[in-house]
Amino acid sequence: MRTKTQLLKVENAGIRFGGLKAVSGVNLELLQGELVGLIGPNGAGKTTFFNLLTGVYVPTEGTISLAGEKLNGNKPYKITKKGISRTFQNIRLFGELSVLDNVKVAYHSLAKHSIFSSIFRLPSHFSGEREMEERAIEFLKIFKLDNVQHEMAKNLPYGQQRRLEIARALAANPKLLLLDEPAAGMNPQETDELMNLIALIREKFSLTILLIEHDMNLVMGVCERIYVLDHGQLIADGTPEEIRNNPKVIEAYLGEEVS
Amino acid sequence: MKKLNNAKGFWGSVVLAVVFAVVVQFLINGGTLNPFYVNALFSIGINIILAASLHLIIGITGQFSIGHSGFLAVGAYVSAIITMKLGLPFPVAILAAGAAAAVAGLVIGVPTLRLRGDYLAIATLGFAEIMRIVFLNIDYVGGASGMTVSHLITWPWLIACVAITIIIIVNFTNSTHGRACISIRENEIAADAMGINTTYYKVMAFVIGAFFAGVAGALHAHNFYIIQPTNFGFLKSFDILIFVVLGGLGSMSGAVLAAILLTIISTFLANYPEVRMVIYSLVLIAMMLFRPQGLMGTKEITSFFKLGKSAQGGSQDANKNTVA
Amino acid sequence: MEQLIQQLVNGISLGSIYALIALGYTMVYGIVKLINFAHGDVFMVGAFIGFYSITVLHLGFFPALLISMVACAIFGVLIERIAYKPLRNATRIAALITAIGVSLFIEYGTIYIRGAQPEAYPSNIVPLKSLEIFGVKISGQSILILAVSLCLMIILQFIVHKTKIGKAMRAVSHDQDAAKLMGINVNNTISATFAIGSALAGAAGVVFGMYYTKIEPLMGIIPGLKAFVAAVLGGIGIIPGAMAGGLLLGVIEALVSAAGGSLFRDAVAFVVLILILIFRPAGLFGKNVREKV
Repeated sequence: MRTKTQLLKVENAGIRFGGLKAVSGVNLELLQGELVGLIGPNGAGKTTFFNLLTGVYVPTEGTISLAGEKLNGNKPYKITKKGISRTFQNIRLFGELSVLDNVKVAYHSLAKHSIFSSIFRLPSHFSGEREMEERAIEFLKIFKLDNVQHEMAKNLPYGQQRRLEIARALAANPKLLLLDEPAAGMNPQETDELMNLIALIREKFSLTILLIEHDMNLVMGVCERIYVLDHGQLIADGTPEEIRNNPKVIEAYLGEEVS
Repeated sequence: MKKLNNAKGFWGSVVLAVVFAVVVQFLINGGTLNPFYVNALFSIGINIILAASLHLIIGITGQFSIGHSGFLAVGAYVSAIITMKLGLPFPVAILAAGAAAAVAGLVIGVPTLRLRGDYLAIATLGFAEIMRIVFLNIDYVGGASGMTVSHLITWPWLIACVAITIIIIVNFTNSTHGRACISIRENEIAADAMGINTTYYKVMAFVIGAFFAGVAGALHAHNFYIIQPTNFGFLKSFDILIFVVLGGLGSMSGAVLAAILLTIISTFLANYPEVRMVIYSLVLIAMMLFRPQGLMGTKEITSFFKLGKSAQGGSQDANKNTVA
Repeated sequence: MEQLIQQLVNGISLGSIYALIALGYTMVYGIVKLINFAHGDVFMVGAFIGFYSITVLHLGFFPALLISMVACAIFGVLIERIAYKPLRNATRIAALITAIGVSLFIEYGTIYIRGAQPEAYPSNIVPLKSLEIFGVKISGQSILILAVSLCLMIILQFIVHKTKIGKAMRAVSHDQDAAKLMGINVNNTISATFAIGSALAGAAGVVFGMYYTKIEPLMGIIPGLKAFVAAVLGGIGIIPGAMAGGLLLGVIEALVSAAGGSLFRDAVAFVVLILILIFRPAGLFGKNVREKV
């Protein structure tokens, strides 16, 4: 059985841009090991909410804490080090770096060798780089990307780019992984593969995952719980079954099929 | 295995550089190279240092700084004060020039590197102008008429500085720290999300780049007999910028090659300065229109040699593992 | 006190020239997000066209001003069509480098053609009387500069807000793709923006010549950079911001000179620039916009 300790706690979080409340009063809890979906119509504030969690935006109200530690006001790179890692809706790989180097960048915070030792090529530089390289190659094997490790990221086909982005996010060793529309632009077969991959990494890395997705089949298929965001506010949460039958949710989607 | 090749390539380059340095020294001593060529050689060396240092800021880290002459000026004046006013030896001047420029880089970098793209460009340009105007108004360093400086530069000092600059910048680039900088160039938001302290690395690249620009300033001052604020205007920054752009943003060997090539060309066009500038500007425009990635793109010269060997393994790997 | 007011008047005259140039920067930036480095050189070309119109063609001030404006408008459109248009989808850095290249090409092309020697602007072309108000002498040139700048800015406001092309310009700067979908000819609108901005720079060149009586091929660099600072100060892309920024910068410079820092006058603009970029990067009139993630 999974432990039921609380990992992420969001209390009354929100942000306003000028007079506009983009997200407000969001209360959300994730337990260790959960796979939770975040859905909502276009412009509901889902990605903005991710940006709040990852420190890209600083919340103007409320608190966000990870495993009891308050995150508000931390810079994104610090939040990543504390254990939240993400992918982006519009893929943001390091295009001119190789697949291997993309993953190595995520290992950067683990590097033990200083700038000084790299500049003067001290032994710690070589051991540190070697360790990173070995880990990165091992890691790429899990994602079946080891055969393209020397390709430039920008030259990968779309599906592999999505996979690489997830791999890179995982390499940063998160406790909580945020996936922003991982299936966007994928065909049904690729989406199936993605679902298997998500299930696999969750087992393997004992992760907690929060997932934004438009593909209802995917969300309803893999998520244990679902939160629904509309106009920057949470309007519902519950199991897929409850969400499917929630009149508020159906109204928010205004005729869009929820099943 | 790769590390072994890596080390072999590195020591190979060092041996080659030493052989080259000794041969040139003999040519200078023997009088085979007349002063005109020796002078051109010194200019090439100084420009290589400038190109390499700006390459780290623009090519690797992607921070579009067009005020590099500001650091050059700081280095030149500080070194000149140290040798001419304080009477200390030349090596001290070189180090102090680098350190002073690095401090200037830190002071200007911390606030301005939060800016993006064209705003950063304008801010760095403004910084260089401020430095020029400051030196123009300090009587201690001669104001507009400048300072006379002894010709202390020698071939061993020059080639040592060039080699150290290249080795340090290449070593920095080919490490996790260099990758952090490249990731900022490629996508700053993603780099941040991957745990890279983007501000720290931008400032670091800026400071290292400024340090070597300062070193180049020391060599420059002790090569040209006189330094004046007008030597360090926008045009000087532009001269350095064109090395990096023409060579290929992100390619060290491209920047170095462009520095060599353009220094030779401008030496021959020294008597026709406006023709030189017209040609430069046309080349720059044509380059952006037809080959915006520069001569080399982000590739290094070594990747062309290794291409055949590692055809199956993927060629991109080659350019990331070269040391010198 | 009189001294101070005198300096203020000088500052406003100079500032209105900055404002005229800054308008071109700001309009072009607003519409294509490019710092048109060559803009300062269009200003220089405008000054020379005005000079030759007066000395060679023996025209009066106003015909010379008009010719200079028209010629600069055409020149600006040519620059845009030849150098910038092919780069519209290129990276910002590529466009910026091109702009620097164009700027240097105009400067050194001019030197190549006519040499680097300066020319003395005929200052007696318009019969100007100076005005004395409460003991403060306002020179005729100052009045002329103010009058010309003010008229041009009013005309510009009219064009931008009341005419079809002005509406198109605002639409394109707001959202280029949407404007295209609404049937606006984006290419022509961008060209029109360059034409208007360059015409203003041409006018600024002529009045600058009248005021400082000396022109030379590299004269555009420093006023160009300062005008850009003025545009950033007011909030780049915002037309009233450029006017206010220009005037403010002129006044600041004059006050620094008055306070005894005339040697550092040229540095002031850049200090202002760095300060504004650090503390209020959107400018005095601008709103902060975040990059979309």
